[in-house]
Amino acid sequence: MIVAERKPLDEIKEMIKTFKKVLNVGCGGCTSICFTGGQREVGQLNEDLENALKQEGKMLRPDGFTIERQCNGDFYPELDEIANDYDAILSMACGAGVQFLADRYPSKPVFPALNTTFVGIDRDIGWFEENCRTCRECVLGETAGICPITRCAKSLFNGPCGGTSRDGKCEVSKDTPCAWFEIFKRLKEQNRLENILKIKPAREWRNQTRGTMVHEDYQERYAK
Amino acid sequence: MKSGSRLERTLEAGQFAFTGELGPPQGANVDHVRKKASYLKGIVDAVNITDNQTAVVRMSSWGAGLIAIQEGLEPNYQMVCRDRNRIAIQSDILGAYAHGIRNMLCLSGDHQQFGNHPLTKGVFDIDSIQLIGLVKRMRDEKKFLSGDEIDGAPQMLIGAAENPFAEPFEWRVYRLAKKVEAGADFIQTQCIYDMKMFREWVKQANDMGLTEKVHILAGITPLKSGGMARYMAKNVSGIIIPDEVIDRIVQAKKPAEEGIQFCVEQIEELKEMKGVHGVHLMAIEWEHKVPEIAERAKLLPRPQV
Repeated sequence: MIVAERKPLDEIKEMIKTFKKVLNVGCGGCTSICFTGGQREVGQLNEDLENALKQEGKMLRPDGFTIERQCNGDFYPELDEIANDYDAILSMACGAGVQFLADRYPSKPVFPALNTTFVGIDRDIGWFEENCRTCRECVLGETAGICPITRCAKSLFNGPCGGTSRDGKCEVSKDTPCAWFEIFKRLKEQNRLENILKIKPAREWRNQTRGTMVHEDYQERYAK
Repeated sequence: MKSGSRLERTLEAGQFAFTGELGPPQGANVDHVRKKASYLKGIVDAVNITDNQTAVVRMSSWGAGLIAIQEGLEPNYQMVCRDRNRIAIQSDILGAYAHGIRNMLCLSGDHQQFGNHPLTKGVFDIDSIQLIGLVKRMRDEKKFLSGDEIDGAPQMLIGAAENPFAEPFEWRVYRLAKKVEAGADFIQTQCIYDMKMFREWVKQANDMGLTEKVHILAGITPLKSGGMARYMAKNVSGIIIPDEVIDRIVQAKKPAEEGIQFCVEQIEELKEMKGVHGVHLMAIEWEHKVPEIAERAKLLPRPQV
């Protein structure tokens, strides 16, 4: 899941305060699941903005509208009917959703209400952790299902640096487990240490240019 | 000979090597480098020039290394993977070699979070083991990482660091083995305070035949005060200082003198240790004490090789 957090209220307020009619568009996908950009959060942000702007003597309360997913055109027809009634649109989707929305209404100023933080998992209710950097060359099979690119502060490929603490924590933070300490421990338990005894050569970074992917079942459909 | 550096000649001659360390200034203060170099000239076989250590911006390692050469010292050019990608890494190696630098120490680098630009973008395009392999490839195969031919391949003696005192302890000798396999010619260790633990690690390296393939230089940092000992033991990840060592410094009438005496005793012990081929003395901001330590540890005069 994509995890996001709301921008500071002042930052959002500054983006929209010069407009008369603003629509705040929520997303029923990932940002709704992480309690940041769904219908409920759209209502909350609109109320917060109204109160904050009132203190500056401005009367503006954005309207709210939540679609199932902002990153897919199939969910937009209803929004298309009302979007033109507004001077600006605020989006509570991830960065991908914000861009999809902005591309759909190129004449409208579109603003992000969230900072997209990471691809992560639910550690517990409302507690998220980053686990994937979408590097496009997954090594989890060799590293016991623990990602060294994401979870090692230096994205090392050949085992832990010299900064692992006595209790197996990263030198960067006493609260962060050393990814390679964990990888070593788990591989040892699985009797698969040979995985990391061989030298991992320099990686080819394939995520340095924008990605496009056509699923193999659809190759023919989009053939030029 | 791989690079023909003084450090390599010393090690190849079977002499007990002695290297020092020089931290460049936070600025272009040339006199600062010259002054530190003056304490080390004729005392050490080579001097490590640190590369923006603890991620604090300083004069570049190769830049300060050139001043060290002017002052009659042989630099060991430290390079970290934190601040440069493979293009800059290879380019800097060519430039450094072109100006007479012959030894390199390949490091991953302290994380940027510790420094004075904590929110900079860390590069870490490759790691320290991959860097060792890259330098070896440039030297022996005369090729860049891409496979392209090099016009004038740099012949560097390749160094690496190893820390026997960080978890998982069991893994550390295997990491050493990986560095040796990647192409390290010499190893400088994290500073040693727990000699028993170090001895165990060296024994493992001996048993695996690694000390026949690589030269181990044992890392030593003199403790200047009880406060420093306590601080390092508590706050620096990957450093272990046994309580009896801390007590010895804390309870001494002259802690700095006791720190030097402890350091001299350690060097004497290391000279006799099978598999150890030298000492790397990191006298942090205490460069002027290096001649005294070298003298008392009977490391002088340095062999002419």
